[in-house]
Amino acid sequence: MDAKRATELAIIANRVREHALEGVYTAQAGHPGGSLSIADVLTYLYFEVMNVDPKNPQNPDRDRFVLSKGHTAPALYGTLAERGFFPVEDCKTFRSINSYLQGHPDMKKVPGVDMSTGSLGQGVCVAGGMALAAKLDRKDYRVYSILGDGELEEGQVWEQAMFAPHYKLDNLTIFIDNNGLQIDGDITKVMNPTPIDKKFEAFGWNVVIADAHDYNDLERAVNEAKACKGKPTAVIMKSVKGKNVSFMENQAAWHGTAPNEEQYNMAIAELEDRISELEASL
Amino acid sequence: MGKQATRVSYGNALVKYGADENIVVLDADLSKSTKTDMFKKAYPERFINCGIAEADMMCVAAGLATCGKIAFASTFAMFAAGRSFEQIRNSIGYPQLNVKIGATHAGISVGEDGASHQCLEDIALMRTIPGMVIINPADDIEAQLAVKAAIEHDGPVYMRFGRLAVEDVNPTDYKFELGKGVQLRDGKDVTIIATGLMVQEALKAADMLAAEGIDARVVNIHTIKPIDEEIITKAAEETGAIVTAEEHYIMGGLGSAVTEVVCANAPCPVKIIGTDRYGKSGKPAELFVEYGLTAENMAAQAKAAIALKK
Repeated sequence: MDAKRATELAIIANRVREHALEGVYTAQAGHPGGSLSIADVLTYLYFEVMNVDPKNPQNPDRDRFVLSKGHTAPALYGTLAERGFFPVEDCKTFRSINSYLQGHPDMKKVPGVDMSTGSLGQGVCVAGGMALAAKLDRKDYRVYSILGDGELEEGQVWEQAMFAPHYKLDNLTIFIDNNGLQIDGDITKVMNPTPIDKKFEAFGWNVVIADAHDYNDLERAVNEAKACKGKPTAVIMKSVKGKNVSFMENQAAWHGTAPNEEQYNMAIAELEDRISELEASL
Repeated sequence: MGKQATRVSYGNALVKYGADENIVVLDADLSKSTKTDMFKKAYPERFINCGIAEADMMCVAAGLATCGKIAFASTFAMFAAGRSFEQIRNSIGYPQLNVKIGATHAGISVGEDGASHQCLEDIALMRTIPGMVIINPADDIEAQLAVKAAIEHDGPVYMRFGRLAVEDVNPTDYKFELGKGVQLRDGKDVTIIATGLMVQEALKAADMLAAEGIDARVVNIHTIKPIDEEIITKAAEETGAIVTAEEHYIMGGLGSAVTEVVCANAPCPVKIIGTDRYGKSGKPAELFVEYGLTAENMAAQAKAAIALKK
């Protein structure tokens, strides 16, 4: 990827972060930390990789995306809004009584959402079902899913970890948002899911390690996934929870806490600074 | 009159009505017992074994459904409604996906396997899911037609099948209508409302009552949700006393569904036959006696309900 495109994507991802924080701030509820950590990969998938059309969100041949870590819906909504599935202004209605932007993704209400998620462990299994459907229909659409690293503690993730290689679902690519933190703290202290790479390898997956905030690295990972035949791919993305809002970075406390007015203004100011710098470098 | 376990009817019906390329049948290592192996033999490319992983199976079925498939997810009722309840609630029920849950080995008639496998709460669990259709067929033809109706219905359906052979209660030209109860016998003194395997016993109970000069109506409720309010209200108004019978806990099953309708529309005494304790190992016939799931008990409860009439 050329540097200019990477910069453009970084600008979009920071706008996604702003939309996510605006929603959480307005609702005074939601999950900022994990939303900020997946903003880059969501932006990369929706703007560079996935065959989707905001004007025809139900196109049966589209690529699919399942946010298995459904609590980071603010980032997904921000991305879908930036991509044109619905107005960006709607992001601030997140979690409010008359909004279609539910606390966790709802496929029946939100254009562009391919599966309702929120209960951890289920989304990745649904993604496996979608990938299987493509195989049964001999269609070439691909299925992408993002899981949290804490989510790997859910047993049914490993049921799907057996299923996808068994049925050779090489059209399935999952991203593990490896920010190292879950609600109660360090994932290795709460219930250690490591070594994540060796586990997926042992289950028969093509495993790729990538930097969640480096578009060239994400591009390499997706290309390796597309090139791999006969195996699903697990991209283990080293990420920073709270990415690009300095006081939220690497803080488990920001998993499910809304910023107050001062904190929100600080966060938006920091993101605006980053966007200005990026725009200046174009 | 023939006799057939409704799980066999399920297998037969999947083959009979399964030609549609969009139908996919999933199982969790129980295809020989759930009889989905019959579909596997007929359409091997559309049969998916998920291994002993019911939670994953339900979600894979959901994923298939989002891509236009009619996904049948099959396992024992205990592991479908029980183990996978939350997967069904959140990944199938909430998005109203076109998944058909084929739950076999429901109820105490599983017999020798005992309490761990005798699912007596599935109707209650599934009833709590908005939009879920629940069918508990009484005999072979009804079970087969239930599968056909499930295919034709757009949305989640829970089908409850048994392991034990059950007598035919419906005629060979039977027309199955989703959501409509079937009055098998008219009567004016009391109504026995039964579901599944208990329907054949209800007919026997009506014979016993007739011998004592009591005129019992018998209604088969195969679709427990959405329930046929009309036939229940009519029974309450016209007979003034009701007995319900099911292989299920008293809490939350057919009896609860019937009393909800009766209390709202035409209050009258309702005696609920079911159980409130775990099952146990034994021969089905022995278990029916021990748990009161017999024609004799239905007749006794019918008289008790009549005695309560104002």
